Amino acid sequence: MYSFNYLKPLSIEDAASLLSESGEHKVISGGMTLIPTLKQRLTRVEKLIGLEKCRLNGIKLEGEFLKIGAMLTHSEVSESDVVKVENPAVAELASHIGDRQVRNRGTIGGSLANNDPSACYPAAILALGGIIHTTKGNIKAEKFFVDLFETALEEDEIITAISLPKPDVAAYEKFPNPASRYAMVGVFVAKFNSEVRVAVTGAGEEGVFRCSEIETALMDEFSSDALSDITISADGLMSDIHAEADYRAHLIVEMAKRAVKKSASR
Amino acid sequence: MDKHKYLQYFSQGKILRFLVWFKLSTIRSGLICKLKMILGEIDVTQITLIVNGTRHKEDIPDYMLFADFIRERLKLTGTHVGCDTSQCGTCVIHIDGKSVKSCTMLAVQADGGNVTTIEGLADGDVLHPMQQSFHENHGLQCGFCTPGMIMSAIELIDGKPNISESEIRQGLEGNLCRCTGYQNIVKSIQEAAKFEYG
Repeated sequence: MYSFNYLKPLSIEDAASLLSESGEHKVISGGMTLIPTLKQRLTRVEKLIGLEKCRLNGIKLEGEFLKIGAMLTHSEVSESDVVKVENPAVAELASHIGDRQVRNRGTIGGSLANNDPSACYPAAILALGGIIHTTKGNIKAEKFFVDLFETALEEDEIITAISLPKPDVAAYEKFPNPASRYAMVGVFVAKFNSEVRVAVTGAGEEGVFRCSEIETALMDEFSSDALSDITISADGLMSDIHAEADYRAHLIVEMAKRAVKKSASR
Repeated sequence: MDKHKYLQYFSQGKILRFLVWFKLSTIRSGLICKLKMILGEIDVTQITLIVNGTRHKEDIPDYMLFADFIRERLKLTGTHVGCDTSQCGTCVIHIDGKSVKSCTMLAVQADGGNVTTIEGLADGDVLHPMQQSFHENHGLQCGFCTPGMIMSAIELIDGKPNISESEIRQGLEGNLCRCTGYQNIVKSIQEAAKFEYG
């Protein structure tokens, strides 16, 4: 690891102004991706700005929206009574990210800012049509996820909270890689009053995306049988040593079916 | 031995020369590190934390990993480092009651924390119920993964006397045993859960 200076600002405003001082500075929340990257010298920073003292860890209901602080760990989200009642699919998703020790430190804000193509949270935020609150304003989920490890965040912009609307029913199902447990394909299905939204993670060459074929089929009939004749094109899907694009295409439909079944059982 | 002979002997004694050079160079690099710290080239932070009930106040470089702090500063070498990729879980410790991988956090991030390592579990010669259960059920083979397994297991069974085998297996996702001795590890944890909460 290259040497760096660690700072703990006491407010998010201070953190943002420190971040804007130089492109060599980075913010750190749980550090579950950043610290391993630093250890392997894949990246270097001059100053690391820790957000632990910035008080970004509240969960509250704001009208129709569930507002989750960016520094909430996956364990805290999965064990929160409010999340379990208002958005059980999100609590369940959070309880299966990484391993227990990762969930005890990794945060929702960090996961979204990193936008790993196999991360679980982006699928939930996109399918639910969440809003990402930052130090510079609000960003809709559709605009937020730009490309692999790339988001709409500016260099000196920090996520402060995430607002999620309450769906009628929702569920997330993933096919974990047998070794790493990362989602080879993960599908989040959310049914609202007037629409069905389906987001897929782990499969797209440009990261998380919405799957219109499945959405249309589920709008007509919200059941796993409605997906039995659906096939998804492998164009634009990732191929790697773990799975070819056409296998991922198959998994998308399969995971969507399971997610619909799971949502019905809630 | 006159001076001439001594020098001749010394110039031929490559091993001795290497040892002298090595000792000097380690002292030198240590001094440079200290000097840099004083001059502010490497940033140093003072942290205060409680480890196994004892309060520690230490000056550390900001980039120091918490696992290195535990092992090298506090000399608590029961916390192991088995991989460099946050996968193996041999470095698991508890901080404020939560299990974390100490190789994937910085020592500065543990400032103000209440930490328990494997050394802090037993009460003198009396083993913690989880340690006792590993002992009785042959829950370790080479023993390298054991500290991490035990620290993870304690959090895993908390309040769950009837924890199922599959729950334990899933809960150990972050811990690897290269002896593949999972069968008895799972058995040990299940027994400990019954003993502690049953």
